[in-house]
Amino acid sequence: MKLLTKHSRPSYVPFGASYADLASVARTLRYQVVQMSHASGAPHLGSSLSCIDILVAAYWLTLRIDPTNATAANRDRFILSKGHAAPALYTCLAARGFFPETWLDTFAVHGGKLAEQPAPNCAPGVELATGSLGHGLPVGCGLALSGRIQNLDYRTIVVMSDGECNEGSVWEAAMFAAGKSLGRLTVVIDYNKWQATGRSDEVLALASLRDKWAAFGWEATEVNGHDISALATAIAPRGEATGRPRAIIAHTVKGKGVAFMEDDNNWHYRIPDAGEVENAAQLLCSP
Amino acid sequence: MRNAFAKAITELAIADERIVLLSGDIGNRLFDDFKARCPDRFYNCGVAEANMIGVAAGLAMCGLRPVCYTIAPFVTYRCIEQIRVDLCYHRLPVTIVGTGAGLAYASLGGTHHSCEEVGMLRLLPEMNVLTPADAMEVRALLRATFQQDQPTYMRIGKKGEPIVHAAPPAGLALGQSIPMRAGKDLCLLANGVLLPIVLQAADQLSAEGITAEVISFPTVKPLDEAALRRIFASHTLIATIEEHSVLGGFGGAVAEWLADHPHPEARLVRFGTPDNFYHDIGDQDEARAHFGLTAEAITTALRRSLNVACSP
Repeated sequence: MKLLTKHSRPSYVPFGASYADLASVARTLRYQVVQMSHASGAPHLGSSLSCIDILVAAYWLTLRIDPTNATAANRDRFILSKGHAAPALYTCLAARGFFPETWLDTFAVHGGKLAEQPAPNCAPGVELATGSLGHGLPVGCGLALSGRIQNLDYRTIVVMSDGECNEGSVWEAAMFAAGKSLGRLTVVIDYNKWQATGRSDEVLALASLRDKWAAFGWEATEVNGHDISALATAIAPRGEATGRPRAIIAHTVKGKGVAFMEDDNNWHYRIPDAGEVENAAQLLCSP
Repeated sequence: MRNAFAKAITELAIADERIVLLSGDIGNRLFDDFKARCPDRFYNCGVAEANMIGVAAGLAMCGLRPVCYTIAPFVTYRCIEQIRVDLCYHRLPVTIVGTGAGLAYASLGGTHHSCEEVGMLRLLPEMNVLTPADAMEVRALLRATFQQDQPTYMRIGKKGEPIVHAAPPAGLALGQSIPMRAGKDLCLLANGVLLPIVLQAADQLSAEGITAEVISFPTVKPLDEAALRRIFASHTLIATIEEHSVLGGFGGAVAEWLADHPHPEARLVRFGTPDNFYHDIGDQDEARAHFGLTAEAITTALRRSLNVACSP
């Protein structure tokens, strides 16, 4: 997989790096997911691009994880509940050293390890098979509850899409988490304002997301989902074993970082051709 | 049976700290003893079955052994996709217990009947499906469930089911049938809570000089294939009896097995509910009578089948 010139190789950027370094990491990861979509013909590129900064803030500034011990009992849990953005997750995990970056070349390839949407135990660091929406938060509730039962202080972060909030199971889980005071559970919503075939505020009555989560008993905040510093600050509190769960509504742009894809929902399904990959590289190199 | 389940799960949880009980807002007072003895391992998940299954998956991923308990149709039909994806796809050791299965809640109407869930759950890869006949089989199978690592569904009755076995069948493992009575003229494969009625039917036939072998099949999946091989090699008339649709349940499983293991000399007859809802107002006994699931109706049908099977 080709890397962006002028930007550092993400795998060389350590946990806790500067925001400038991480902005550079995010650009390279965006280029990688564009290449993965082109190479594999897998869609949902806009959805991967919108959540990259959230994942960078989590994987480089927040999560207590050890890539050399990916199943440690007290590791922080991260679930990408919007499984269709799997390339974003895979690029982060590869860059953080959970598996070799060469695995990215086998994304969605027969015989490869990285399924088009995360499969059970498909790669180190993948906590849950996702792809059917509305599953990540209930399972995340179970992970958080298990930590309390077993006296472990890990935290659980679940990243969901805004369209995913259509699913009733999300709100069942929201009531459960608040009802059982799962204080070490955090949800980040990648609020890119689009779902597969329409504006997410128009398909169903989604707004106001913050009010909805607050009304369900969560501590709800809003943040610029492309400001890594602001994201890191919002996600940072680890919470207590018993307390209010936290929802972070991250305002994002679908297709972020590649100007001709930004806020254009055709890129939910379109696959970039070779010329578009080249254009994306230039845009990401010189914003 | 639900009292037997509550007592058994409490005993098991005291000995095994991995066991966590999740309830779908049901079992008022039923789990008081469990809650008193294992206060941090009982959670009322409310009337939200899809979430309850997901929570159980998360617990199981961390090494715990959750049990999800509520009325059978709600803990199966309502959340079948969560069971399929969260539990089966990940092959997690979660136990689902559906109470009031079959026609136990006949009087509450079709919303509360579950005569299709064994078939639905049986289709899911990795899933075990258990259908104990009485409180003793519940105890034996529940113990066996925690000695293996796959997702498992157990349907149980409500209360007041006759106890057939004097004690929990010793050493009963998943996938084992239980011989109840010897006989040479036909073989009755009883599935679940209809076992006492099957034994009554065998008594009635016996009074006429017809001896029926009776076997309890408390596991639909995995099927006791060794027992089926012996049964179909030694009988010409075999009947399955279950409080579930004849489509896809225990009788369906045996019919599929028979398709793959032809026994041209043997005839299979399936007793169960037909491809219809029960629309009348009636209790469990009345619903069973409506569907021909009484000892009298079964013996009448079997006499007819015997004549057909015996005619040259």
